[in-house]
Amino acid sequence: MARAVTTRRKAVNTAIAWTIGLLIFFPILWTFLTSFKTEAEAISSPPAFLFFDWTLENYGAVQERSNYFRHFMNSVVISIGSTVIGLIIAVPAAWAMAFVPGRQTRNVLMWMLSTKMLPPVGVLVPIYLIFRDFGLLDTRTGLVIVLTLINLPIIVWMLYTYFREIPGEILEAARMDGASLRNEIIHVLTPMAVPGIASTLLLNVILAWNEAFWTLNLTAANAAPLTAFIASYSSPEGLFYAKLSAASTMAIAPILIIGWFSQKQLVRGLTFGAVK
Amino acid sequence: MGRIVLNGVRKAFGEVEVIPPLDLTIEDGEFVVFVGPSGCGKSTLLRLIAGLEDVTGGEISIDGRDATELPPAKRGLAMVFQSYALYPHMSVRKNIAFPMRMAGLPEGEQKRRIEAAAKALNLTDYLDRRPGQLSGGQRQRVAIGRAIVREPSAFLFDEPLSNLDAALRVGMRMEIGELHKSLATTMVYVTHDQVEAMTMADKIVVLRAGRIEQVGTPLELYRTPHNLFVAGFIGSPTMNLIGGAEAERHGARTIGVRPEHIASGSPDGAPWVGTVGLSEHLGSDTFLYVHGTGLAETVTVRADGEVPLRHGDRVGLTPNPDRIHRFDAEGSRL
Repeated sequence: MARAVTTRRKAVNTAIAWTIGLLIFFPILWTFLTSFKTEAEAISSPPAFLFFDWTLENYGAVQERSNYFRHFMNSVVISIGSTVIGLIIAVPAAWAMAFVPGRQTRNVLMWMLSTKMLPPVGVLVPIYLIFRDFGLLDTRTGLVIVLTLINLPIIVWMLYTYFREIPGEILEAARMDGASLRNEIIHVLTPMAVPGIASTLLLNVILAWNEAFWTLNLTAANAAPLTAFIASYSSPEGLFYAKLSAASTMAIAPILIIGWFSQKQLVRGLTFGAVK
Repeated sequence: MGRIVLNGVRKAFGEVEVIPPLDLTIEDGEFVVFVGPSGCGKSTLLRLIAGLEDVTGGEISIDGRDATELPPAKRGLAMVFQSYALYPHMSVRKNIAFPMRMAGLPEGEQKRRIEAAAKALNLTDYLDRRPGQLSGGQRQRVAIGRAIVREPSAFLFDEPLSNLDAALRVGMRMEIGELHKSLATTMVYVTHDQVEAMTMADKIVVLRAGRIEQVGTPLELYRTPHNLFVAGFIGSPTMNLIGGAEAERHGARTIGVRPEHIASGSPDGAPWVGTVGLSEHLGSDTFLYVHGTGLAETVTVRADGEVPLRHGDRVGLTPNPDRIHRFDAEGSRL
């Protein structure tokens, strides 16, 4: 039964939620608005909020100076590529951990998670050297590899928690019904885990899309994704806030739109198992 | 054909031995029920037969073929689970077709068997629904349908009725019984409910702590329980177990008398006298719970439905001397 909430309390809660929401959203809104200002207006004090001369010149300038589409395609290939490869590796791994756990399964999971606690910069030099020697610097392949490895622990953990929610008896029924391990995973486990797999996929595409440390350090021109595209507008000869904002808006727009349309799926996926 | 022979089958999880070496033969066409309290190893034993658990030692043979190392699918057995274990993303039709699809049966044959099973189980109108849209009883029938179409050499049931309500359970019990009569296929059925065991089984295997306490027909177990455990487990309400001087008078450490083998009447001249604590009038029968007999805390008596006794009445009890079970200090039958 739902707990009774007074109207007053409801109003207060709503106000608090909206305040926090707007606070979080404000920088994005500000970036978006700034992208339509002239450079002079962008740094004017006091800043203009809505009443300025709206212009599209920044978008034109950004498009002239750099090839947005190439960076966009790099981002798409890198984020989707690393997520798909990650899933292909993680589905069987999570299956094994969820349904045939061994003595060390918990430790393996904890160890995988612990790799996320290491500051990435700690392994930058060795990875940089390995990439250099294998000719992977500034290649999409290289970035797909490194992002797959970085996000793999999260993918395995998420899938592991979803799989644990699937009753083992159903998989046993499949086994009794004559399904091979492959058929069990393809025909029974995967279709049942689709909501979980979908939200894992979404979250990892977003994480990979936004990843900036490795994409900035391991690329120059060829494989640079949108994160590098934004960074290229913060130059030592002076900041161009309006152009930087236009570039940022263009970089985050695709993932923001995907996130907006899939938010229901994302929320459901992230709270899956917590609420039943 | 479904003759299942367990030879010295043993199961241990790590250091814990849940099933000490055990021998059992299930004849072709028999309806065998494994019964026992929770944690007695009955489900584990069924899962060993199914191949869902590996044996730690011993051999399992099915139809004379060594099946000890065979994976579940190769044993020719079908299983019905307590939770039904239907595939939630498939329609009823696809659920039933799944084992045939895995076996690569031709489409036409699949269709024929699905329709036959659906007809036998009253599922024809539900074939295109998902399991989530069915009631518990219908789901259980789908699970049975999925087992039937494989034409297995034996069916394994793991507490299939415990998720159903009481009325449905009685109905499904009859349906499974009729299914066994019409298919004449071996069925191995696990339950903790002794009423299910008594009503359905050709042969009951009573288990405790992984050991077989007794194997026999329902009436054999009822009439001649080999030990105190079986005596107390089979029969409802449970047998009255009486120790002390009264038992010694019969040359035993403990004697057992079933509630239905005690006559109630006037206290004058009756061997046992007590006070009615509670009388449950069921219409057909009356259960009297008698205190103060000095024999046991409560003596349960099954009396005629019209017995007028009520709380606080003095009552005389006379056990049927031919129906007194005697047990020694170890609890074995004398």
